[in-house]
Amino acid sequence: MAEPASLKVSVWRGGEQGDFARYEVPARANQTVLDVVTHIQRELDPSLAYRFACRVGMCGSCAMTVNGRARWTCRTHVRKVVGADGELELRPLANLPVIRDLAADLTPFFDKWQRAQGRFQPKDATDGAVPEEFAVVPPASKARREADAGIECIGCAVCYASCDVVTWNPDYLGPAALNRAWTLVNDVRDAGHGERLDAVAGDAGCHSCHSTQSCTERCPKNLDPSSAIAGLKRRLFWDTLLGRR
Amino acid sequence: MSTRGQTHLWMVQRVTAMILALAVLVHLVTIIGAVRGGLSAAEILGRTHGNGAWFAFYVVFALSAGLHGAIGLRNIAAETIGLRGRGADLAWLAIGLVTAGFGIRAAYGLFA
Ligand code: HEM
Ligand code: SF4
Ligand code: SF4
Ligand code: FES
Repeated sequence: MAEPASLKVSVWRGGEQGDFARYEVPARANQTVLDVVTHIQRELDPSLAYRFACRVGMCGSCAMTVNGRARWTCRTHVRKVVGADGELELRPLANLPVIRDLAADLTPFFDKWQRAQGRFQPKDATDGAVPEEFAVVPPASKARREADAGIECIGCAVCYASCDVVTWNPDYLGPAALNRAWTLVNDVRDAGHGERLDAVAGDAGCHSCHSTQSCTERCPKNLDPSSAIAGLKRRLFWDTLLGRR
Repeated sequence: MSTRGQTHLWMVQRVTAMILALAVLVHLVTIIGAVRGGLSAAEILGRTHGNGAWFAFYVVFALSAGLHGAIGLRNIAAETIGLRGRGADLAWLAIGLVTAGFGIRAAYGLFA
């Protein structure tokens, strides 16, 4: 692709109400979208608000809407998202309140992890004490493989911002919280399965997911929340049918 | 509605979807069979009149279609126009059962 000499960047400025500001940023080799935002903040307009920490795809804090699509900006190369015209549009993540400029408020996102019982509840040490023995979990067991598949989530909310059902139903727990719940449902050391399955059932939970897989398609860690949610539905179907809950 | 009730609705919709997948096939085969060599009231009634198995199939078919459609429309209405709550749920249940009732009445007309 022809590399433009400079990027024409539209950046959201303001809160829920606001407007785009235009900046011209020199194009560089191997430049990431986060580099572009940092250049604007350091060189052009120090009042720009945005969020990042690790810059290497681990912390999950840098996600934004890049040319209409939620992405982690620190691991997104400009050449992957910008055409020959050099146009780049940056907005805060969708489906979340806007704090200011490119910083979205992730409080509702993390509140839903809590609502989905997304925390480990150890079986042999309910009081929080360290268990005497290590739990032996065979790596090849089905439950362990299911848990492994979803464990690398960095909590970036890219999936959450990409899910239509979240837009339509603000109560919907969303792909990341449900994915987290599924890894714990498959954790044989956990004692909170019953409560957790109750918490993720119904219209605000897994049963509203349409399996459209935007979450799976967009997850920068290549996780598959859509399949995790299908697992929750399957589990709840049989547990309910057979009176196990 | 409780989340348990919502889970049940989802289960009913999936089970009726499986029934419908099969029933739609049977229904199509029946239609194709019925129209071969011309369609006459006497021929149809000859097949359906007093045929308990035939009637039972259409009762299940109509109930499945009514409930499946109403639960699906309930989801769509909640997501698109925000129609939620107990009143709406009761209305959807009624719509599902009335739809099924129409189907069952039509089948009964050919059976009795
Ligand atoms: C071959 C038979 C059928 C099968 C296998 C089937 C299957 C399904 C499935 C799996 C869903 C859930 C989709 C989702 O959650 O996104 C669904 C939704 C729905 N179905 Fe059916 N269906 C069938 C026939 C019908 C019929 C005859 C009607 C009309 C009475 C109908 C009306 C609906 C509606 C309105 C929805 C809601 C759409 C949604 O929730 O996204 N379906 N169907
Ligand atoms: S698969 Fe489900 S959770 Fe994922 S984006 Fe689609 S509706 Fe949302
Ligand atoms: S599932 Fe993927 S997209 Fe969603 S928060 Fe976790 S890492 Fe981000
Ligand atoms: S800055 Fe940490 S994931 Fe991008």
